[in-house]
Amino acid sequence: MIPAQFDYAAPTSVEEALALLAEHGDEAKVIAGGQSLLPVLRMRLNAPGIVVDLGRIEGLSGVRDDGDVLTVGAMTTHAEMLGNPLVAEHAALVTKAVHHLADAQIRHRGTFGGALAHADPAGDMGAPALALDAEFVIAGQSGVRTVPASDFFVDLFETAIGEDELLVGVRLPKHTGWGAHYEKFVRVAHQWPIVAVAATVKAEGGTITEARVGLTNMGSTPLRATAVEQALTGQPATEETVRAAAASAADGTAPPSDLNGDSDYRRHLATVLTRRAVLAAAGG
Amino acid sequence: MTRINLTVDGAKVSDDVEPRTLLVHYLRETLGKTGTVVGCDTSNCGACTVHLDGKSVKSCNVLAVQADGADVTTIEGLAQDGELHPVQAAFHECHALQCGYCTPGMIMQSVDLLKDNPNPSEDEIRVGLEGNLCRCTGYHNIVRAVQTAAAGASEGGQA
Ligand code: FES
Ligand code: FES
Repeated sequence: MIPAQFDYAAPTSVEEALALLAEHGDEAKVIAGGQSLLPVLRMRLNAPGIVVDLGRIEGLSGVRDDGDVLTVGAMTTHAEMLGNPLVAEHAALVTKAVHHLADAQIRHRGTFGGALAHADPAGDMGAPALALDAEFVIAGQSGVRTVPASDFFVDLFETAIGEDELLVGVRLPKHTGWGAHYEKFVRVAHQWPIVAVAATVKAEGGTITEARVGLTNMGSTPLRATAVEQALTGQPATEETVRAAAASAADGTAPPSDLNGDSDYRRHLATVLTRRAVLAAAGG
Repeated sequence: MTRINLTVDGAKVSDDVEPRTLLVHYLRETLGKTGTVVGCDTSNCGACTVHLDGKSVKSCNVLAVQADGADVTTIEGLAQDGELHPVQAAFHECHALQCGYCTPGMIMQSVDLLKDNPNPSEDEIRVGLEGNLCRCTGYHNIVRAVQTAAAGASEGGQA
């Protein structure tokens, strides 16, 4: 299938892109790598009047060391994230998760910013970004503002990015030396997770001193399992204590029911995958 | 219509396309490069895999306008001077195909995989090809073909 007709613009600066968005309002759709958008357009689930391509804007990709944070350009591809040594050292949770995102071809085109702006609750980048307390750098005609991850994900496919704004970067606070693991449950290769858990922990002498746990596909947005994080703090990283803490992974969640599993099944999966993810993160 | 200029299998091409044209349709219908095939509607199967500026992509999931200025290699551009590319030769030798529909994409993705990792383990090959589906072979001979191509390259051939 092919998309419905649309106009196309390939601005060469953020300012030019913002002016196009202001001019066309909700008729405009932004394309980054297009790996989520193009299937939607081909299925004709969306038919924008104009597609604004960010692919010709210089300076929107790459990972920069900014002291306490890594600043990731929104157009940095998943493949670049996977191979980036700064990300592996300071935000290992993203490296672990992006390894499981789709397949090699999709990772060559798809972008970190695009995936987060798309805000599919089953997407693999949301939970790690939330767990790492990422900050989203959003440009508008009146300037640039920063939104914390806790306010960024609003609802199903909905974020804090306004209609006339652009996500230009993501700041990842450094979690140097933290263990990390992304445990993804799928039935077939290169698919969206039925449920996945992103865990990163700081351990000293076998004791977990801090823990961050994000959940994928357990509601309309990525979620933090705060009860688990609190229960883990100060505990030894043993099978027994982690199992006990992980039991509350689904607390307060309202996961969807679909052909892959009903809501109760997802709640059960969340506890099992949380245990596995935390143990693996604490062990490595 | 939007004007695009790109290089496909070494030849410079220039055409006016509708912005909604998918790269795979541009290759097949405008340029006649029917070696690249469409196997699905969902970007799952990988049959349409080509190299865009040296990296494997699913050409059903790229707009032709996004490829403006790029260098595209399809399965039709792999053989040089009538000589099969070593990965093509290995697929032939190992009987890594039955109906052959997945083969162009499998070969293009295998070439990409071996470029990044010249000596992949069996597991790395299977993971590296996870975006390519085959309905016939059960994958065993495909994995063997990639191993054979890798071994040939490390013995001094080129891959
Ligand atoms: S035709 Fe492109 S992935 Fe199936
Ligand atoms: S050989 Fe028939 S689909 Fe692979």
